[in-house]
Amino acid sequence: MSFLELRNVSRAYGEGPTEVNAISDIDLSVDRGALVAVMGPSGSGKSTLLTIAGSLEEPTSGDVIIDGVALRDMSRNDKARLRRRSIGYVFQDFNLLAGLTAVENVSLPLELDGVPARKAHAAGMGLLEELDLADRASHFPDELSGGERQRVAIARAVVGERHLLLADEPSGALDSTNGEAVMRMILTACKRGIAAVVVTHDAQLASWADRVVFLRDGRIVDQTAPPPSPEALLQHAPDQ
Amino acid sequence: MSVRHALLALLSEGPKYGLQLRQEFEVSTGEVWPLNIGQVYTTLQRLERDGLIESDGSGEDERQKGFRITPEGTTELDEWLRTPPDLISPPRDELVIKVLSALRVPDVNVHDVIQIHRRYLVELMQQWTRLKEDEAEFDLTLALVVDAELLRLDSVVRWLDMADGRLKRASTEPALASTKPRLRRRMVAPR
Repeated sequence: MSFLELRNVSRAYGEGPTEVNAISDIDLSVDRGALVAVMGPSGSGKSTLLTIAGSLEEPTSGDVIIDGVALRDMSRNDKARLRRRSIGYVFQDFNLLAGLTAVENVSLPLELDGVPARKAHAAGMGLLEELDLADRASHFPDELSGGERQRVAIARAVVGERHLLLADEPSGALDSTNGEAVMRMILTACKRGIAAVVVTHDAQLASWADRVVFLRDGRIVDQTAPPPSPEALLQHAPDQ
Repeated sequence: MSVRHALLALLSEGPKYGLQLRQEFEVSTGEVWPLNIGQVYTTLQRLERDGLIESDGSGEDERQKGFRITPEGTTELDEWLRTPPDLISPPRDELVIKVLSALRVPDVNVHDVIQIHRRYLVELMQQWTRLKEDEAEFDLTLALVVDAELLRLDSVVRWLDMADGRLKRASTEPALASTKPRLRRRMVAPR
């Protein structure tokens, strides 16, 4: 069943002759446990799509449905609670708080949601251990490498009972080995049942997804078919 | 791909039989390039004819023969490892020609053509990535082969993205739109 659904979503900026459609007539659904990549060049509307999916911005028309409930039917408080509890965001520039250690960054969303500090800390530690980052728990962001920072940012985005992970060019500033580690982490989160949307211009990153949706000038123009098993590659390998 | 030199590399570790060479070749390339046994024996015969390897079996049956590398073979292998492959002459790339041709054909939208190829390439990349996800973490040779293939496909997608963007800009700025070559300089690969 789809956890996130965008129905005929459009977003325009400006009015009259200066009106620009950032995205138009977007239909997209993402199941629990699925990783969907939205691929397109800069200016194609990727980031707008993501902020609307994450209820950070309202569409001009159309509906965003999360876990069966349309955002338009939710109060501001409900939406804020949804963002705090169910949705994790990852940005290209990590957005970690410089004055907090790795584990404090990871457990912060839980604390903000009213979880007692000790319990939130334990949950943060548990997640960092699971993600092989326990030895970095008491480091501050400026003591971490770029790859480690982004992995901490992903831990923060999936801590607690999050069901939706939205990532904007999550490995944009990283080398390919760290980019791969980031995608493996997102995939691990999906295997735990999280629905994830990654927007990127990078085909290597997108190729980790179950489905790649292509965005051009604010519209979905195409998407990949479900990939056959990798065995097919070996069967078709040339003889020399 | 040079099966010949790959076999020499395997023999540089010590004497081996044909069947063993075939198995080791497949393992050493992450089993991405299967090799038939006939090809192995034909290549071994040529290597022996050229004095790069020798066999110890006297009979006709190739399967009974063990092969070992000669000093000439070791020199040849060493030279091959250090000689860059021919990357100087631009290959006559079919995809590039398709996109260039699409520009000339009336009623064909070149952006649609580009997208068809982009999707196909990304689907292929998904398959290679799946292979890496499933196995490569535990298999170094496979990881290396898969990385090479992913980067190759990625460079083609990047070219398509770039062509897409360039053509879009050209359609809004007519000065850039001419597909007639302004520079008639021929690219001649240095030899």
